[in-house]
Amino acid sequence: MTEKILLKDIPNYRDIEVYKQHGGYQIFKKALQRKPEEIIDEVKKSGLRGRGGACFPTGMKWGFMPKGGEKPNYLCINGDESEPGSFKDRQIFEFNPHQLIEGILISAYAINSPTCYIYIRGEYGKWIKLMQKALDDAYSQGFVGEEMKKTFKCDFFTNIYIHKGAGAYICGEESALMNSIEGKRGYPRVKPPFPPQYGLWGCPTTVNNVETISNIPAIVDKGGEWFASIGEPKHPGTLLFGISGHVNNPGVYELPTGTLLSDIIYKYAGGVPGDKKIKSVIPGGSSVPPLRSEQIDGLKMDAESLKAAGSSIGTGGIIVMDEDSDMVRVLTRITHFYHHESCGQCTPCREGTGWMLKVLHRIEEGNGTSHDLDLLIDVANNIEGHTICALGDAAAWPVKYTIERFRDEFESRVSKSLQLPVINKVHSMRETSAPLAEVNVG
Amino acid sequence: MKIEFNENELKQVEEIKKRYPTTQAALMPVLYMIQEKYGWISKETMQFAAQLLDITEEHVLGVVTFYTMYNSKPVGKYHLQVCTNVSCMIRGAYDLMKSIEQELGIRKGETTSDQKFTITEVECLGSCGTAPMIQVNDDYYENLTIESTRTLLSNLKNN
Repeated sequence: MTEKILLKDIPNYRDIEVYKQHGGYQIFKKALQRKPEEIIDEVKKSGLRGRGGACFPTGMKWGFMPKGGEKPNYLCINGDESEPGSFKDRQIFEFNPHQLIEGILISAYAINSPTCYIYIRGEYGKWIKLMQKALDDAYSQGFVGEEMKKTFKCDFFTNIYIHKGAGAYICGEESALMNSIEGKRGYPRVKPPFPPQYGLWGCPTTVNNVETISNIPAIVDKGGEWFASIGEPKHPGTLLFGISGHVNNPGVYELPTGTLLSDIIYKYAGGVPGDKKIKSVIPGGSSVPPLRSEQIDGLKMDAESLKAAGSSIGTGGIIVMDEDSDMVRVLTRITHFYHHESCGQCTPCREGTGWMLKVLHRIEEGNGTSHDLDLLIDVANNIEGHTICALGDAAAWPVKYTIERFRDEFESRVSKSLQLPVINKVHSMRETSAPLAEVNVG
Repeated sequence: MKIEFNENELKQVEEIKKRYPTTQAALMPVLYMIQEKYGWISKETMQFAAQLLDITEEHVLGVVTFYTMYNSKPVGKYHLQVCTNVSCMIRGAYDLMKSIEQELGIRKGETTSDQKFTITEVECLGSCGTAPMIQVNDDYYENLTIESTRTLLSNLKNN
């Protein structure tokens, strides 16, 4: 098995002394001997892609940052982690915080950022304390802040602060996260301009996920080629797979990309309780399209393979649902989440998520009609792609794909056929309805 | 009640301000300080925050109401936040919720008459692998069963 990069089997690794005993903060020292551009090239060579869900190449993202402009460059670390099914970053805060800090130092040096904010969701009170403790230790030993100049005998220094969120999923979206740091409502911003042009306080900014940045020390230490050789060539490295739901051993497993989904479920997470069959798996957090059980066989867990299977790797948060799961209920709960978390800026998302939830409640209560399924898809289509940020898409995809892939289950729940004075303009996949223009309403 | 920060707290505010280039950015941490001191964020405390940071009251109101962790009404001594999102739901979160409601004699969103408990249904708290769970004030209680939740509640009742 490939060695672990992020969750090493070293007791008390979160302790700064133990971290130092294993070479901690020496990689940053080594990094300082190279030019920032060389670090960026190394990260590009590694093929590291963002672990927050969008899978954007990290080195390329850093390359967008201006060098030596008038305004300061900022680095933000996204630890908002609020997608249902995702609980991986808290493992890093708890078990390997110094590797994250060292990763931040190297990243800040690469993009020349004198200030970094780690945005952690407010509910993670315990993990904020653990992270703050690690940060305080690093400050007190001169590894962070102005003291770095003396410790590492260099001109570069960076300050790292924790910014505590206050319960808003949308703040995981990078531009909403920046607004939140600025002390505003977490409204996503219209893009372009993108953060490297106009980020925090109008200055160039890079936003990276906690897991992404925690990979950086290993890449700088062992080289981009070494990292690129792990897992799948187009999406290399290891991933923290959080697996939950109907499995015997839920938890976070660090495995190379390309690991079979069935292996994660049966070999690592111990299979399904009661040896029940699987009905569905959401492979990357609640926003990604769910898979039917027959799609699981032979499916590799990496960005490309999941895209080919009609889903997405997302955050690697796998939710397993056994044969007795009620997909109508699951979809209703997911839609409730997106309705609750919609920031309210864009009408399609604000109104559409509530509308979809209403229709789903109607279906769940047994008062749905066959046209409701098409109505849901119609509303979802009118949200998708029509909003400032991707929350709209995240709300639309589960609706579209759960209905598409589990249509029989939804059909059996819609008891009534529609009795309308005029034929609905929404086309049903099962009933023939005339186009609206042909309806004689007179 | 007079809303004010003592010398130490004001010093802490100054420390927070230093982390950011604008004073407005200190709003979220300052609101947390207020909530910790007064239990919730009232209209008066919002005015206080606005004056302290030299920003408008409307802006403060906008921020307080946007984020779910700022309590815009008082909550009980123990704020029980039950996650019912998918991973918790399929491992029995709604049964847990029902049992807590029965045990305390209130519905979700309500506070017991002795001001000891408030139950809130919340969205995913990032404990999917240890579902079902509830958050009590700042602490997570995970891998719960109806039985262990009863024990937890009786411990809190006696506290």
